[in-house]
Amino acid sequence: MAFGHAPLDGWLDGGLKRAQLHEILTENAKDMGAAAGFAAMLGLRSQQGDGPIVWLRTRDAERHGGRFHAAGFAALGGDPATVLLATFPNAVGMLRTAVDVLRCSGPSAVIVECRGNPRAFDLTASRRLTLAAGETGIPVFMLRLGAAAVPTTADTRWSVQAAPSHALEAKAPGYPVLVLTLLRRRGGPAGKSWLAEWDCEQRCFRDAALSGAMVSLPPGRQDTDCEEKRLVAIG
Amino acid sequence: MRRNGSSLSVDTPFALVENVKGAIRLAAIDPAARKQGLVPGLTLADARARVPELAVHDHDPAADARWLDRLSEGCGRYTPMATALPPDALLLDITGCTHLFGGELTLVADAVKRLKKLGMATRFAFAPTSEAAYALARWGKGGADDEEEAVRRLPVAALALDAEKELGLRRAGLKTIGMVAERLRPGIAARFGEETVTALERLLGHSRRPLGAFPKKAAIHAERRFPEPVARTEYALEILSQLLREAGEELYRRGKGGRCFEARFFRADGLAKKLSVELGRPTRDPEEAMRLFRERIDTLDDPIDPGFGFDAIRLSVAIQEDLPPSQIGIEGDTDRESRIAAMIDRLSVRLGRNGVVRCHPVDTHIPEACQRLVPAIEKPKEASWPRPAPGEPPRRPLQLFDPPEPIRVTAEVPDGPPWRFIWRGRDHRVTLFEGPERIASEWWRSPRDPLGETRLTRDYYRVEDSEGRRYWLFRHGLYAREKRNMRWYMHGLFA
Repeated sequence: MAFGHAPLDGWLDGGLKRAQLHEILTENAKDMGAAAGFAAMLGLRSQQGDGPIVWLRTRDAERHGGRFHAAGFAALGGDPATVLLATFPNAVGMLRTAVDVLRCSGPSAVIVECRGNPRAFDLTASRRLTLAAGETGIPVFMLRLGAAAVPTTADTRWSVQAAPSHALEAKAPGYPVLVLTLLRRRGGPAGKSWLAEWDCEQRCFRDAALSGAMVSLPPGRQDTDCEEKRLVAIG
Repeated sequence: MRRNGSSLSVDTPFALVENVKGAIRLAAIDPAARKQGLVPGLTLADARARVPELAVHDHDPAADARWLDRLSEGCGRYTPMATALPPDALLLDITGCTHLFGGELTLVADAVKRLKKLGMATRFAFAPTSEAAYALARWGKGGADDEEEAVRRLPVAALALDAEKELGLRRAGLKTIGMVAERLRPGIAARFGEETVTALERLLGHSRRPLGAFPKKAAIHAERRFPEPVARTEYALEILSQLLREAGEELYRRGKGGRCFEARFFRADGLAKKLSVELGRPTRDPEEAMRLFRERIDTLDDPIDPGFGFDAIRLSVAIQEDLPPSQIGIEGDTDRESRIAAMIDRLSVRLGRNGVVRCHPVDTHIPEACQRLVPAIEKPKEASWPRPAPGEPPRRPLQLFDPPEPIRVTAEVPDGPPWRFIWRGRDHRVTLFEGPERIASEWWRSPRDPLGETRLTRDYYRVEDSEGRRYWLFRHGLYAREKRNMRWYMHGLFA
């Protein structure tokens, strides 16, 4: 599942793996727009034909981060008719349903969204998701807003932040630009950030640094090229 | 009515009371209370003075109606045409059903026995019209061999007219139906109104009212009756899957598929439990429907309680659609579409019909109203979402706040673009903006306000703050023309 962003795909050996759990975190709750956008973009990247994207979220996340707006999804290049939505009062029921959906082998991607660190989402729950995704080959994206990293069986863990876009004429905001930080990756090096711009027509990411003027990384984040982390792959 | 489970003995006078114009009055009484000389309509204080040991309970007509509905559902075992006749009667059209039970008297004896087990005191009557049957059950004293003769002996109250007309009839010396029936109809119509004649004709069986409100009978159904009540739920479900197989064969013969299956479990004590499952596309696969039934039972708060056991189980196909025979693929697996449909069915059963939804476009410019959530189990209608023009960034946010959140905005001029804003306690400095995109109110949708004066125009701005986050803000009202003090709102978040 390639991003379409050459440096990123090169780093990940061709992109994200299907049939795996991928985690998307935002440490800052203010980045929920960017995080939800990234999840939707990954869903679009993994969409095959008309296979629906199933988006499950807790009521708490919806209240805080706003509800799904179909016109906005269409503006990102997707077809809202292929999105199935469900909201849940708590994370327990949501995770149970997510496992059931993953076993059904119909959908092209499952997005599971909640706020904070729910107790229900632990190593066991993430393992269930990974196993269920492995059975049917559907990618599952666990989106957690304003959350801290906890041990999970996720294949990759991402942190997302919004970044200034390339202004269009008359100082209008341009295409969505995100800072994607790979926090963890099983069986590979992690700890690197990329600037990626979403191309709504091609439905793919592209290198934001190449497509316009250089954009500096947001304050508080250094370019991690120099201090490359090496992680040991376990399991 | 005396409910089962009350700790009262049958001999204690019992009454239901309700509040009428500030006084607590008796609404209904039982035979023991009637024997003591109480009548409905008496104030509770008077009743207590006469019968100190009177047991009293609040009258709850809604609960009575619900109970009556449950009873009528339970009577579905005798005839498909069973309905509740509020406030206190059940009406069964047993035309052509009696031979299954060995005659109408045995049928009624069985029904009365079941109702008695539930603590109900019952009276019954047979008649050719529903009005006559009800009147005989309500007012009849018995003792007549002929039904028509029995009807003629009923008091005029059986006509169910309003109090004034009834009094008029009695003052005219017409005390029974027979006496009224002897008079010439035009005379009665002139004096007591047309409806008196209509009621009389119906009571005498000379004219009929169509019976309404019967549940529609499903065209395909399968049923199993047991000589001994079945107390094990597992066995009952096994029977249900057999019934599904039978219904599936019948559906196959007709080239149809079921989209909604209903199962009724009739309990030995006269109550019935109804379960229904709905599918997104027609099916006749018993396994598929059975999976949904099991899912449905798992989600029930109260698992199906066999009580003293089930003595009949009925399955009906409530909604059916054409389903031509199809060929299974060589590997025997189903196509992707049907797998998706099966997933939606399972989720809809578990989360409820409105638990899994998809968005449907609505023709309006108001952002929060431009999508409607429709249950995913319904067939998706052909609808197209506006495609963004090529070369344009997203103009609508992915996340929308409904209702919009109020924010404080600093702008250079009152009707200019925002410069700084405070949202959820944080200050944001606007670096890039696009707007205004003006969205007028829909004045044509408010008949009381044809000029749209009380509805405000919104000016939307797509902004990006110094940290690169993109927001959708709007100013509510046009400055100086519609409003003096501007209010700003945060309406959505872009990716």
